[in-house]
Amino acid sequence: MSAQAVAAPREKVAAPEHRETYLNHDYSWKSWLFTVDHKRIGILYLLTVAFFVAIGGLFAMMIRAELLTPKGDMLEAETYNKIFTMHGAVMIFFFLIPGVPGVLGNFVLPLMIGARDVAFPKINLLSWYIFVTGGLLTLFVAATGGVDTGWTFYAPYSSTYSNTRVAETAIMVFITGFSSILTGLNFLVTVHTMRAPGMTWFRLPLFVWSAYATSLINVLATPVLAITVLLLALERIFHIGIFDPRVGGDPILFEHMFWFYSHPAVYIMILPAMGVISELVAAFSRKRIFGYSFVAFSSLAIAVLGFLVWGHHMFVSGQSAYAGLVFSVLTVLIAVPTAVKIFNWTATLYQGSVEFATPFLYVLAFFGLFLIGGVTGLFLAAMGLDIHMHDNYFVVSHFHYVMVGGMVTAFFGGLHYWWPKMFGRMYNEAAGKLAALVIFVGFNLTFFPQFIVGYMGMPRRYHAYAPEFQTLNVLSSGGAVILGAGYLLAALNLIWSLKFGKVVTERNPWGATGLEWETQTPPIPHNFEVTPRVTQEAYAYHEMYSGKEAHGVH
Amino acid sequence: MLQELPLTPPSASTFAPQVDALYWFLVILSTVVTVGIFCAALFLSIRYRRKPGVAPGNIEGSLKLELLWSFIPGVLAIGIFAWGAKVYFYAAKPPKDVMDFYVSGKQWMWKVQHPTGQKEINDLHIPVGRAIRFTMTSEDVLHSYWVPAFRLKKDTVPGRYTEMWFQATKPGKYHIQCAEYCGTKHSGMIGECYVLEPEEYQRWLSGNTGEAPEVAGQKLFENLRCVTCHMAGQGQRGPELTGVYGTKVQLEGGGEVVMNDEYIRESVLKPLAKVVKGFQPVMNTYEGQVGEEEIMQLVAYIKSLKAQGGVKQ
Repeated sequence: MSAQAVAAPREKVAAPEHRETYLNHDYSWKSWLFTVDHKRIGILYLLTVAFFVAIGGLFAMMIRAELLTPKGDMLEAETYNKIFTMHGAVMIFFFLIPGVPGVLGNFVLPLMIGARDVAFPKINLLSWYIFVTGGLLTLFVAATGGVDTGWTFYAPYSSTYSNTRVAETAIMVFITGFSSILTGLNFLVTVHTMRAPGMTWFRLPLFVWSAYATSLINVLATPVLAITVLLLALERIFHIGIFDPRVGGDPILFEHMFWFYSHPAVYIMILPAMGVISELVAAFSRKRIFGYSFVAFSSLAIAVLGFLVWGHHMFVSGQSAYAGLVFSVLTVLIAVPTAVKIFNWTATLYQGSVEFATPFLYVLAFFGLFLIGGVTGLFLAAMGLDIHMHDNYFVVSHFHYVMVGGMVTAFFGGLHYWWPKMFGRMYNEAAGKLAALVIFVGFNLTFFPQFIVGYMGMPRRYHAYAPEFQTLNVLSSGGAVILGAGYLLAALNLIWSLKFGKVVTERNPWGATGLEWETQTPPIPHNFEVTPRVTQEAYAYHEMYSGKEAHGVH
Repeated sequence: MLQELPLTPPSASTFAPQVDALYWFLVILSTVVTVGIFCAALFLSIRYRRKPGVAPGNIEGSLKLELLWSFIPGVLAIGIFAWGAKVYFYAAKPPKDVMDFYVSGKQWMWKVQHPTGQKEINDLHIPVGRAIRFTMTSEDVLHSYWVPAFRLKKDTVPGRYTEMWFQATKPGKYHIQCAEYCGTKHSGMIGECYVLEPEEYQRWLSGNTGEAPEVAGQKLFENLRCVTCHMAGQGQRGPELTGVYGTKVQLEGGGEVVMNDEYIRESVLKPLAKVVKGFQPVMNTYEGQVGEEEIMQLVAYIKSLKAQGGVKQ
């Protein structure tokens, strides 16, 4: 916090033990719990999402164990229903949505634009507290009765018939939503007002563009979810007649309101991941991103189109067939900006200088898994096919390929990439690569069989199932063990590195562009010794590696 | 092992081949796209792997390429949309000459009424080659009627009617499953669809069975989902029936009754008349769904439970 850190642009001659970093300038617990430093808040998010993902993963393993046999013989039906509900709710609200923005966004976004912090540092801390409060209370509800509606909370089961703690859970989701809204607001204002001199919009790293697009969705869509779950809680407690037809409500209205948020939420989860992939592709091929502006605007196109497709979750709900037509055509059109991204990333590799480091292996894994997730989305967008596919395991597999294969893979890639900047230590490279490979293989073993068993006719959320589906379910459960081992290996490697990893003191261990690599490793509390001046575009790798003077290119 | 792994369910309706055609088209297209792009990325990564002294190229982008790889996915996407919509509208528009069935979902059973008045629970008997229209609703929460062999499903929604039509093409026995999550025993809301030759269907309608009463009664007990509530354990909503025949039962609100044929019959038809102590008056009547003959079969089954192990799924 001292002015000294800003005033004294140190040279590399300073001995490592004297370097002040955001990690060592104060060790007290208060300095963490009351920090307004975006980097420390990023670390707080990392710890909390790691906690929630471990719990969500545990639920997933229980689901896979139950589904080893066709009979519902391990868990009671009601317990199973509570477990898949909690798996979905915890993973979505407490990992997939806040994961990349909360952890990587908080840590690198201000660094990337050359800012000292986000626009509202205290609100940033408040976001984290709201998030933690919502999460812990949700777990408390889970531990003291639980909820069995599925994460979708469909009425009138949720409003009237379920005997579990729906109202409490709805209120927890309501509270947690404010964390998303405030973080989104913070990022929007930060990108608008805190860019360093010379950091024009078209010099922004693509991660910032995608974080910006995500924040727009967060601010515009999350309030609708908040309203929906609040109405649900009111309906449940006071029977006011919004969703339950017995008191004059309409259950289809709930579906509309729920998906109006929850479909854009899919892009809240995947857009930041796409931003991470853009950074990694550029850094590990040492090339500017092919078609920068197309990749940037495709994020915005996805964000906008994402708002207009919620009805594709309702093709068999009794919604008008003509409304379905509009939702279907807009949905397939999202394939275009998504394809634009994939093609541009691939083209970036051409004439690159590609290094097969751990983060790049995650990029390749992302390509494979996200492609499968994306094309299977087209199966579901085709209305006639969706009549059969809706609510079967094909859908389950599709969204796991997008969410886990896409978002989580990119998250791990980004975490490995920025890890030395965050902690000044490097993980074991061989273990890192092995983990990426195990995750890729384990993921496909877990989820590919689910496409087949879905088309064969296995419905989702089934505690017991027909015997002919068993072989594929056993494969899937076996794959889940491998997948879990892969994630565990990656996590243990990172944790191990904090104490035993090679110390990294150089500012730019990857030889990457980006302002986050121009500051100290780990950064000083206020990020930059002097405010950086930006004179070139985001991915000026050619200038960096062809020995030319790196000025005035743009 | 492999012959146990078919890739599709049986195809047994006029709709199913249309869905399968689109499905296999998309499987081939998406395999080509996925494998193609992934291999291209892998190839470029290896071809341009880092070598000392080799500087990366400097390419801004290409408007032509951007337009090309926006246009081609765009055209393919619109094509997929159009094909999907065509298939969907086939299912949305029933032909003129249909047999009207009425279906109601209820936690956790399907109730079906035939055009000729017969009713059945969970299972469905239909003639092959006739267009059948379901008019559907729900008595409580959302459900979804799904016959994978027909590639058809539709939600049943409380407070409104939804419609679904199909024409079976192949006699056989196919799964019926609830596809919209509906609570504790969602995965037990299943049945079998029997597609029969027309004359067999006629025979079924006139209802001739040749089984011993307690065997037929046990089947009824399962098919009518009596087992859902009258089973010891979690979710038990009605009294256990093992070993109670012939004994005295305490009633809600005082009094007692001997568990005999008359009491069982009354409980099936007027379940709220005499509720066993400790249970809620939640059972719905089976009047109209079971005839006298079937009630006698149920009684025979419950009688037989006195000696045996009990009600088990």
